[in-house]
Amino acid sequence: METVVDLKHVSKTYKVGEVDVPALKDITVDIKKGTFVSFIGPSGSGKTTLLNLIGALDTPSGGFLTITGSDPAKLKNKERAKFRGENIGFIFQDFNLISVLTVYENIEYPLLMVKETPSNKRKEIVESLLKKVDMFDHKDKYPSQLSGGQKQRIAVARALTTSPRIVLADEPTANLDHDTAYMVIDLMKKMRDESGVTFIFSTHDTKIVGEVDVIHTLEDGAIQKSEEVTHG
Amino acid sequence: MGNLIKIAFRNLSRQRRRTLLTVAIICVGVVAVLLFSAFSGAFKNMMIGQITDSMLGHLQIHKNGYVSSLDNLPLNKVISTKQMVKIGKILKDIPQVEAYSKRILMGGMLSNYMETTNIKVAGINPDDEAVVTPLLTSRIKNGKMLEKGTILLPELVTKGMGLKTGQDIVLVVNNADGSVNGQNLKISGIIESVVGPTGKYGYIHIDDAKTILRMTEPQYSEIAVRLKSIGSLEKVFVTISNKISDLKNKENKPVFEAHTWEKLSPFYNIAQMIDLMALFINVLLIAIVLISILNVMIMAVYERVKEIGTLAAIGTLPGKIRTMFLLEGLFLGFFGSLVGSIIGVIVIIAVKFGHFTIAFGRNENILLDPSIPFKQMLFITAIATFAAVIASLQPAIKASRMDPIESLRH
Ligand SMILES: Nc1ncnc2c1ncn2[C@@H]1O[C@H](COP(=O)(O)OP(=O)(O)OP(=O)(O)O)[C@@H](O)[C@H]1O
Ligand SMILES: [Mg+2]
Repeated sequence: METVVDLKHVSKTYKVGEVDVPALKDITVDIKKGTFVSFIGPSGSGKTTLLNLIGALDTPSGGFLTITGSDPAKLKNKERAKFRGENIGFIFQDFNLISVLTVYENIEYPLLMVKETPSNKRKEIVESLLKKVDMFDHKDKYPSQLSGGQKQRIAVARALTTSPRIVLADEPTANLDHDTAYMVIDLMKKMRDESGVTFIFSTHDTKIVGEVDVIHTLEDGAIQKSEEVTHG
Repeated sequence: MGNLIKIAFRNLSRQRRRTLLTVAIICVGVVAVLLFSAFSGAFKNMMIGQITDSMLGHLQIHKNGYVSSLDNLPLNKVISTKQMVKIGKILKDIPQVEAYSKRILMGGMLSNYMETTNIKVAGINPDDEAVVTPLLTSRIKNGKMLEKGTILLPELVTKGMGLKTGQDIVLVVNNADGSVNGQNLKISGIIESVVGPTGKYGYIHIDDAKTILRMTEPQYSEIAVRLKSIGSLEKVFVTISNKISDLKNKENKPVFEAHTWEKLSPFYNIAQMIDLMALFINVLLIAIVLISILNVMIMAVYERVKEIGTLAAIGTLPGKIRTMFLLEGLFLGFFGSLVGSIIGVIVIIAVKFGHFTIAFGRNENILLDPSIPFKQMLFITAIATFAAVIASLQPAIKASRMDPIESLRH
């Protein structure tokens, strides 16, 4: 199977004043196309740092990292923004919907501002995604009128509008109650099944892993173990 | 772009009260500028009109050196009859010149056989003078326009000496050769004095002036010129100056000089001061726009750090984020100045048709005619909008350069 994310001996060290804070140490991981992957680890274990690297939001301090065949460290800021827009969908812990845009407009936003798409095509994509995340009836509402679970469903749809290669979700369920969290993980799984997009998410809650294919456990910036889950 | 405009609008309406307040501040600034420009312009034009139309004319021609010794009204620096013919021909050939009036100016003594006072008198041709200084006739409060054998006296003199229309006085003047001559004249009317150096002149008929000065052939102190439109003043002044400088004396030096009203009246400085104040008010407006927009945009960026981080993370290019904020500033500036312009124009029109009058100098009930050229209104709107964009520049650039990771953590 094709590798979409490839990390070789990747490290990341933050400098806080004179002190070096090692957030990631010698991470070697490869993630195959279309898999549903989770990084589990306690607070401060480096999940966000790792997802920021995979999401081309940040660059490693050491080692090699390729995402869909490109090395984001070689790109300038503006090119990295373009790269993210074309290849990566983001789901955030706090949902981060644009508050002044309606549900429909939030999903449409990347098609207008990031990956310019003709209007008839836009409508088609947005409406089909709205149906898939079961939010079509709420399309004219504003984010403030939605529950947390509903917001995150919209965020899942938004992450998929531009047909990215990878969708990254940093603790997408941390602000949701248990049932809603499961629902969101299930939705991501379902979207993965339908689209074949690689889904990578992080969580500190070992109970909310759901039906993932691969679980990487992080501790103190290093991968403790990696296990493939075989679904019966 | 359409989407950026939509987002900018939505963001403005999100903070409705703040947006309205900012628009209102800019609006008030624009109204202030428009009203000041319109009213100061009206006042200035009225003032210029009063000065040029009641005594000076638009420009004047003298023998070289006359203006610098104007206080003495020298009778040896005059324009001879022969020279006057040449100058008259020059003036007739300039199409923008409406009319000109020859004047003989003199200083003398005025006596009612009991009291005596100093007075400066202009010998004029009443018909010519009525065209060149059309307000002169309207200045006559009591009595009628000049005829031969009569004198128009300024109010200040008649009040002081208790003179009435119809009374006889004697005017005594020094001639060019130093001898003294006097003449009896009847007061044909009393004229309102006008602020300015020549505002307290008396007027006699030019033929009487020739007689009293014992001139064998007329010699003129000044020629007052009226143009068809004051707008062509600069151009015509240059033309006249060039043409009269061709008239040279035996030493091959020019004999005549021309001056616009601006050089002859201290009110020109006031007019300039009004212009300077208008400029100052404009600068103030720009400062108001800059500060209020900068303030609002800094707040807007600060409030939306996380949202900016989200937009950047999902791949929005920095340029688009910048444009989004610039548009917000632009709309604030534009709508503020648009509403301000509309209000300003309504007030100006109301005043125009309300026929408000003011007093200026000795003249009361001068109709105020404020107006603002459409071009100037556009200019003010454009300046305010431009200032708004400039003020948004720094916050917008800051937003576009934010690191998405940092912003998302906010
Ligand atoms: N910008 C930064 N500057 C300095 N240190 C940082 C920075 N970001 C993260 N760290 C440190 O790096 C380590 C890993 O942080 P990271 O946020 O990746 O952990 P995490 O697993 O996402 O934790 P959490 O579950 O709390 O989100 C921590 O020790 C953290 O304090
Ligand atoms: Mg984290």
